[in-house]
Amino acid sequence: MTAVAGGTSAAEGAGSGEDAFLAAFDAAVAAEERIEPRDWMPDAYRATLVRQMAQHAHSEIIGMQPEANWITRAPSLRRKAILMAKVQDEAGHGLYLYSATETLGTGRDELLDKLHAGRQKYSSIFNYPTLTWADVGAIGWLVDGAAITNQVPLCRCSYGPYARAMIRICKEESFHQRQGFELLLALSEGTPEQHAMAQDAVDRWWWPSLMMFGPPDGESAHSAQSTAWKIKRFSNDELRQRFVDICVPQAEALGLTLPDPDLRWNEEKGGHDFGTVDWSEFQAVLKGNGPCNEERITQRRRAHEDGAWVRDAAAAYAAKQAAGSDEKAVAA
Amino acid sequence: MSAALALADDALVLSHRLGEWAGHAPVLEEEVALANIALDLLGQARSLYSLVGDEDELAYLREERAFRNVQLVEQPNGDFAHTFARQLYFSAYQLPLYRALAATDSDLAPLAAKAAKEVEYHLDHARTWTLRLGDGTEESHARMQRACTALWKFTGELFQPVEGLEADPAALEAEWLVDIREVLERATLTLPDGPRLGGWAAGAGRQGLHTEPFGRMLAEMQHLHRSHPGATW
Repeated sequence: MTAVAGGTSAAEGAGSGEDAFLAAFDAAVAAEERIEPRDWMPDAYRATLVRQMAQHAHSEIIGMQPEANWITRAPSLRRKAILMAKVQDEAGHGLYLYSATETLGTGRDELLDKLHAGRQKYSSIFNYPTLTWADVGAIGWLVDGAAITNQVPLCRCSYGPYARAMIRICKEESFHQRQGFELLLALSEGTPEQHAMAQDAVDRWWWPSLMMFGPPDGESAHSAQSTAWKIKRFSNDELRQRFVDICVPQAEALGLTLPDPDLRWNEEKGGHDFGTVDWSEFQAVLKGNGPCNEERITQRRRAHEDGAWVRDAAAAYAAKQAAGSDEKAVAA
Repeated sequence: MSAALALADDALVLSHRLGEWAGHAPVLEEEVALANIALDLLGQARSLYSLVGDEDELAYLREERAFRNVQLVEQPNGDFAHTFARQLYFSAYQLPLYRALAATDSDLAPLAAKAAKEVEYHLDHARTWTLRLGDGTEESHARMQRACTALWKFTGELFQPVEGLEADPAALEAEWLVDIREVLERATLTLPDGPRLGGWAAGAGRQGLHTEPFGRMLAEMQHLHRSHPGATW
């Protein structure tokens, strides 16, 4: 976006000047141009992006926990390597997303403090426990699958740094999703015990995955504005429908069933009808009353607090090095 | 081929310990770095096991007394300083060893040449943290000194002869000592002066005599695999 570049200072953004900036911003969004960090943008647009991107970054970081829970118990060395690589990728995604969020004028430390204080959220899905090895596969197939369905449209989001981060992240996520599917397939086609383990995991993760698309369209607080700003490209219900339609044939290929007696093909709409999500459960998890909310945030806080002396040491060492090179410069 | 098995067990066990850090590291960059090192080591273990037999049978179906790793790598993570003292000692051993093996015409040579590149990075990273912690704050200095001293007694075993290993342990040990002395000095740390071998507690991992935490580590690692005999994953 170039039309409004340069008009970034708050002083310039007052009075009739602001109207001109807003008009140029709206025109750029309408023309599918990317908004870049130095461009003028409405305060509410900035705030919405910070909220959404920080939440996205936090989800990558908290999302490491349920999967890392199985690293030390992975049943083969190949699976262990795949899982370690995946958890490592998630930390990397968190780093991209914090960097992208920082372009909006905030800092990673500030964002982490808000996460630790419970003032910024992360995806509700990570408040569910991983009880068996098959859960690792169900997370890959369903949770990453839902994340990709949500995130692919974000690759065209109006804010440039977010869109570019999503392009990189979606490539890796697709890979994880296929690996999760393949893990479940190996279980499904394995011993009767392994098959049962896979089915149980899908039974537990199916509905929480559908909740990842957010509340129904009628009850989604941020949707209308986000759609107008081209941050959001499709409604929650549209994406949820798309996800269900993708998953049904995949479940058949896996030889597993989805735990929804109301799930059936609807010829007329060209999609599947499906049962009603338990929104009271969704609300409870969002409010902090899910199965693992307390554990997840406690572990995150503890890692941060236990690591404080390490970060202090790195800062002190860097300061000494900088002072040392100053002395050398003076001496020379 | 007992040498490959010993080196594979070293890499597997240390990789496992580093994997325990996932989600617990002091900064996100270290989540990436620790997982990266763990993955490199796991890759090394898998290649080495493939020279001996089936990797999963070797990793999951042997009991504690059959593992040939040095006791150093099985030591619990402790704090971040403890983890990096262990990493420094081990990477500074692995690098000259792999370089020496890469120059032989043994079965291990191609694998050692590839692994040496990875270990160069591991050692660089461990040295960096040794400097930061040793020459950081008073607290980090004390923690790093404590860690270096606590793990010292496990370092002599690294240079015990291993059957079939085409490397001169005395030369490796000399190089290791020079390296460690240099980095600890730069980090304002004192080279520990306790024994590096001897006594029941330290230095018999290569004979299958391990320390107590190792059994629990294996129980966790092997539990699922052993619960489903004959299954594929």
